[in-house]
Parts: sequence; structure tokens; C-alpha cells
Amino acid sequence: MRATIHFRLNGRDTTLETDGNRRLLWVLRSDLGLTGPKFGCGITQCGACTVLVNGNPVRSCQYPASDIEGTEVTTIEGLAKGDELHPLQEEFADRGAFQCGYCTSGMILEAYSLLQRNPHPTRSQIVSGMNRNLCRCGAHKRIVEAIEAAAARL
Amino acid sequence: MNRNDLGPMAVDRRDFLKFTGGGIAVFVTLKDHDLFKEALEQQRGYPSDFNAYLRIGEDGRVTVLSGKIEMGQGVETSLAQEAAEELRVPLGSIDMVMGDTDVCVWDAGTWGSLTTRVFGPALRRAAAEAHSVLLDLAAERLHVPRARLKAENGVVTVVGGQGRVTYGELAKGQKIQRTVRGKVEPRDVKDFTVMGTSPKRFDRIDKVTGKAKYAGDIRVPGMLRARLLRPPAHGATLKSVDTKAAEAVPGVVVVNQDGLVAVLHEDRDTADRALGMIRANWDTPQSTVDDTNIWSHFLQVAPTGRTAHEAGSLDAGARASTKVFEHTYYDGYVAHAPMEPHTSLAHAEGDHITVWSSTQSPFGDQRRIAGTLRIDESKVRVITPYVGGGFGGKSAGQQALEAARLSWITKKPVQVMWTREEEFFYDTFHAAALMKVRSGIDAAGKVQLWDYNVYMAGTRGSEVLYDVPNVSVVSHSSRDAHFFATGPWRAPGANDNTLARECQMDIMAAAAGMDPLEFRLKNATDPRLRSVLEAVAKLSDWKAGAAPTGRGYGIACGLDAESYVAHVAKVAVDKASGEVKVEGMWCAQEMGIVVNPEGATMQMEGCITQGLGYPLMEHIRFRGGDILDKNFNTYRIPRFSDLPEIHTVLVKNDGLAPKGGGEPAIVCIGAVIANAIFDACGSRVFTMPFTPEEVLAGISKPTGA
Ligand code: FES
Ligand code: FES
Repeated sequence: MRATIHFRLNGRDTTLETDGNRRLLWVLRSDLGLTGPKFGCGITQCGACTVLVNGNPVRSCQYPASDIEGTEVTTIEGLAKGDELHPLQEEFADRGAFQCGYCTSGMILEAYSLLQRNPHPTRSQIVSGMNRNLCRCGAHKRIVEAIEAAAARL
Repeated sequence: MNRNDLGPMAVDRRDFLKFTGGGIAVFVTLKDHDLFKEALEQQRGYPSDFNAYLRIGEDGRVTVLSGKIEMGQGVETSLAQEAAEELRVPLGSIDMVMGDTDVCVWDAGTWGSLTTRVFGPALRRAAAEAHSVLLDLAAERLHVPRARLKAENGVVTVVGGQGRVTYGELAKGQKIQRTVRGKVEPRDVKDFTVMGTSPKRFDRIDKVTGKAKYAGDIRVPGMLRARLLRPPAHGATLKSVDTKAAEAVPGVVVVNQDGLVAVLHEDRDTADRALGMIRANWDTPQSTVDDTNIWSHFLQVAPTGRTAHEAGSLDAGARASTKVFEHTYYDGYVAHAPMEPHTSLAHAEGDHITVWSSTQSPFGDQRRIAGTLRIDESKVRVITPYVGGGFGGKSAGQQALEAARLSWITKKPVQVMWTREEEFFYDTFHAAALMKVRSGIDAAGKVQLWDYNVYMAGTRGSEVLYDVPNVSVVSHSSRDAHFFATGPWRAPGANDNTLARECQMDIMAAAAGMDPLEFRLKNATDPRLRSVLEAVAKLSDWKAGAAPTGRGYGIACGLDAESYVAHVAKVAVDKASGEVKVEGMWCAQEMGIVVNPEGATMQMEGCITQGLGYPLMEHIRFRGGDILDKNFNTYRIPRFSDLPEIHTVLVKNDGLAPKGGGEPAIVCIGAVIANAIFDACGSRVFTMPFTPEEVLAGISKPTGA
């Protein structure tokens, strides 16, 4: 079932010809050549594939490509303004809130949307807001601290 | 420059000749050095020829070549620090090339916390040698005796005089290849300017912008994504397969050769769909062994055993003991579950093949691929981009072989990226294990007897550590005891051996009516062990008292990768439900000279956080070869809500060369939590992961002695 899908990807008008039943993750990674959204579990359980659709975090591994028609999709590649990193990116980088880095795109986007909804979250709000994103390296402590530091700057 | 900027094909074989051609290249062989003797025993198969470790280019940049890989442990940065220190160059002038079999130093694999212990010293000597060569060249160029020269920031100057020359200028037009014979000593710790500091990690910007490349992010034009037909259980055999429906899907390539059945398509969704159209019949063996009775199976099939440590006599130990304690400890299978599943992209071209692989062992992958394709190893190049976590689980290279075979057959670039279900199915799990201990103390609270049998966990971490006169440690291991693959898992076996030793110590301390810290110190003279115990007591503000105090504090200590660790845990136990919540973790680690304190601390935090899983929530459920937990919906790993407050300290010991840091801080977590549970509620737990049921049962029926 081929469809033509129009949407904005990281601020750019984008048109895609593809089967609308495909998963957004694979469309972003193969057809659109992005590397930020990662495959981790395929069943919405880990958050590695997280992207923002109209500002809301979605698990792109299960998100049908057809549903992005007319939306604004943001991936980690679209978070910085040119060379200027988003404060979350800076704090993650400077505080070592990653080890292998495989969960990091998803973590930062999840945190971004958390701060959009709640600019000054308490520690326990950060913990519950981030709880569906998995990190196997155990960078959690520094991720929480990076989010707190970014919130203080925003 | 980041090594990812090299791009997929930037350094090909011809370029490499040029690559080592100009400038100054330094070669090392480990085999001539006594220094590396012990290390080499752990790194079997190290080649005896000379390997290029680094090169100083005509532009003054330094390229460090390492067969090690970066999987999050931060060695890309810490190895660069070691080279920069000896060479006297700014850290920013170092380019790391890691895990590329065409250009890097041969290496068995990145595991066992050996990077800093074995590769680090060799690299430092190579860099020290290069520094010496550069001083010779500068002396000639500037016409001054070498003794008057000083190198700093990649520039040689004359002390108290005129004249300067940069490394780049010195390397220009040179074709010097130097071999390290061990004459030049690395710098003394008191002179360090780069080692011992915590510069920002090289990978930090790429990893927060999505630019960092992992094996799945490498693209080659025309590449296909493959899905493979998998058996329903380990041990199942394929009776018949019908791929007709899959073949009818436009663009799908089907491979069915020597047991390898796969569908390939340029997009993953279509490959997924085509795989679902394959009809297969399997013969699946049945078994009654599962995760609840695996230990009695072990006792039936276990070999007689091999003595690992021995002292005095067990009879004498029993006679000297006024109290004897016998307990058995259990552990289940645990998954590695790195967030990045096993992934490889293979590109066969003519008679050779290039494979980008998510691997801890690029040279192991190379050897296996060459063997399988029956081609010479020189025709196989394995390149390792960033690896998204390994923990020992990315050592077998199965997916690299699959991608290589499929590319060889189809003559197309082929990506194999395992699903999470494949990841759980083919994981080389941490083996289930059991440990039987019989130990005894005398009236003064001195341990007199240690009679230990470990099944399936191996001997890592089975040292007694304490001053016990009568010891027998026997290990019974057999890979055949398992229904699926097992392999190294972050500090393999040490988690189990440490659980048994440190819980048993606590049981004896309680029976002696002594504070568990005091009891340990009374039985330990090893100064390194004492130093971490004392440091963690101070860090956690340890309050002495015989357990159970009701406060929920536990202590444990261990040795791994030649580093000592001690932990204190604070837990809360819900006495109605048996639920355990870890509220605080304190950790002291002594690892000799610390190359990068911040990096070492991150590893300790990672060990502690990941380490909450195996004692509290992680174990694989299975029946025979059928793996029942195959994704994160049923296999729970630590998450933010499990995070305790974490405090760490590095205990200074600059008299010792750098020791391992990626694994030690995980070995005590099971024991320290068990001991904290006992202190909280008087319940002794013996089976990991500790369940609320076991905790509750222990409250009503204390098993302490
Ligand atoms: S890959 Fe989408 S949530 Fe895990
Ligand atoms: S940094 Fe490795 S999974 Fe989070």
C-alpha cells in the first residue's frame, strides 16, 4: 500500500513515497538516512527509538509511517540549533550522562519533552518521567543530574 | 578528528601502506618484556611479532592504533591520555583508531578489564620510545646535546637557550620505524600531567547528537537487510521449510543453504514481513529441566572438580572451629541485554570481505569469518565502530558470521541486526551456578575453615581473601551442563563467588556476635583489602553493631581484575510484602594508579546500577532449550525508579600500575544487598535473584546459623 506522506522532519519539508504500514523507525533510518533513532527492542519497551511527533515522544519502532502525515517530526539530529547544542545535550555531554551512548538519543528526547511539560521537575518527577527509557550501562545517576542541570538553565 | 570520520572505506589496504609509510611509527612486541608476562598469560595467543602502536604524522598528529574497542567504558579517551602523557603532546592531537583488523594491533578481545592493565603499559612504552626518538632527531636538528632538550605540547625546546622544533617538523620526510626494546622507562606518576586527570570524553559530542556511528549506522549503497529463520528452541532441528510465499514478495532475496535460511530486502519492514511468510517444521526436544530445578541438574552432571586454592587441612580446620556453618547459594541465568543488539554489515567484493561489527573481538570475528568462508584471514577486514554495550556478551560474533555468509552468497552488502528476541535467544548468558560452603570460626572469631565447592561459575573471585589457615576451593564446571550458550558476563563468576564468600562471612560475624566490618578486619591482613573496607566505612559513616540491627545496612568486599572494592548498601525491606528497595550504595575502589578518575567513577556507578539487576530482578526463565524471557516486557532490568543514591571513592595507591576498572565494582552487589536485607529484617537470602517470598520466608524462619 504505497502512500505519499508529507511532513516536516527536523524543520525541513519532507515528502516520502512508501508503504504507510512501515514503521517510522525504519523509514527514518533507511529511507531518510538518519542514525540517531536506535533499534533496541521493537516493542515500545526501551525508548532507544524515541522521536518527537508534534513535540510528543513516540516509540518509532511501533509507529506507523502513515501517521506522520502533516506532523512535525524531531529526532536527535534536529535538537541543536546549527552548532549550538541544546542545554540537555551539553549537560549530557559534560556530565558523562552516557557510556556506550546507544540509549542517549532517546533519553535526551524523552527528557526534552519532560521539560517542555514541566520545566522544573523534582527529582522524583524526573525519575517517573524517564522510567520507561532503559539504559543498560547504568548511566542513570548522571542522566538525572544532567536533566536537573539543564532544567536549571532553561 | 574522530575515528568515525574515517568513514567506511577511508583507510583501505593501500592507504594503510602510506599510513605507516611517512612519519615515525613505533612498534612493540609484548613478548620480550617480563613486565607483561602475567598479562600475556591472560591474553593467550598474543602474536610474537611486532605491532605498530602509534605513528607521528608529518602534520604532528599522533595516531594510536589499538585492537581494543570502545563500548562505553571510555578507553578511547583514557588510552589517548596514556599516549599523550608519554609523548608530551596535547590530548587533542591524538587520533584513536580502534578495532580495525587491517591497521590495528592484534588483540584477543576487549574483556577482563585488560585494556588498561595490558594494552596501556605497552602503549605507554611505545609512546615513551617515540618521545625518545623525537628528542634524538631534535638534538641533531638543533645541534644541541639531547640532555638540554625538553618536549612539551608537541614542541621540543632548548632549556635555557634558543631554538625550537615541532614534532610535525621532526617527522616530516622521515620514514622511521622504531621497535620498543623496553629501554625507555615511562614517566613517573609524580610527573603526570595528563594521566590522573579527567578530560572530557572524545565521544561526547557525537553521542549526544546522534552522529556516533554504531555497526547498524554504517551504510553501503545497495545494502540489504536480512532476517534469519530461527528455531523455536535450542536443540531443535529443521524438518522442512517452504519459502515460496516469501520469494513472491517483490525485491525479496531468499537464501536457503546449509541450514542458513534467510530473507533479504532493502528495507527491514519488508524483510520482517517476508520472514513471517516462511513455513517451517521443527523437531523440538523436550526437557523437564527449567529455571526452578537447574541446580539439581548441575549436581547430577557436574564433573569431579578441580582444586583452585588449597591450604592447611580441612580436618584441622574443623577441629580448630568451635562453630561450623554449611550453606548453599544459588544463582540463575542472567542476560547481557546491551541496548544495542548484535549487528553486523558485511560487504563481499571479489575475493575479500569487509565486515563492520558490533563486537568485543574484531580479530576473533576475522578468524571465524575466514574459517567459515575458507579464505585467508588477510582477505577479511573487520572494522569496529562504537559498540552499544557488551558486558562480555559481544564476544562470540555469531551475527558477523551470519552477515558474512549472506553477503558471500548474495554478493551484496548485507546487514544483520538481531531483534531483541534473537538477542535473548542467542545470548551467551551468565551461567546459573551454585556454591556450597562449609566454614568455621574459633571462639575468638577467627575463621579457621573454608571448604568451598563452586558449580558452573568458575574460579574467578573464589580467592578466600581473608587469612584462613585451612582452605579447599574446588570448581566444578562443564559447558555441557547447559541447554544453551553461556559465556563471560561482566566479571564472569566473580559475582557468584563473591556472593557466597561475603554472605558466609556475614553469617559467621552474626554468630560470633560481632560487627560485620570488625569481623572482616579481624580476619584480614591484606593491606589493600583493609584499605577499601576502611574507606567505605568512612564514606558511609558505618555504625558498628552486630547484625541484624534493624537499620538495613550491609557490607561486602571483593577482588577483581586486580582491583579491590568494598561496598556498603542501605536497604528498606517491607516486612509485609518482602519487597526490597535499595536506598543507598557506597563504594570504595583501589585500582592502583588511576588514569582517568572521572571515567573510573562512571564505571563504578555503572557497575552499581547494572549490578542491582542480578540480585534483585534478573533471571532467564527457560524450559530445556526454550527461552521464555525474550524481551524487556518480561525480563526486567534496573531502571530509574530502582536507582539508589550512589557515593563512590577511589582509594589512592600510586605505587601500583593501573588495574582494571570496568568490572570490579559489580562483584559485591549480590552479597552486599543480601547482607543489608539480613540487617534490616533478620532474613538470610541464598538464591539470586532474591524474591520477596524468600525474604518473607527468612523473616519467619531465620536461617542465620
Ligand atoms: S526500539 Fe522502540 S522502544 Fe525499544
Ligand atoms: S549509555 Fe549504554 S545503554 Fe545507556
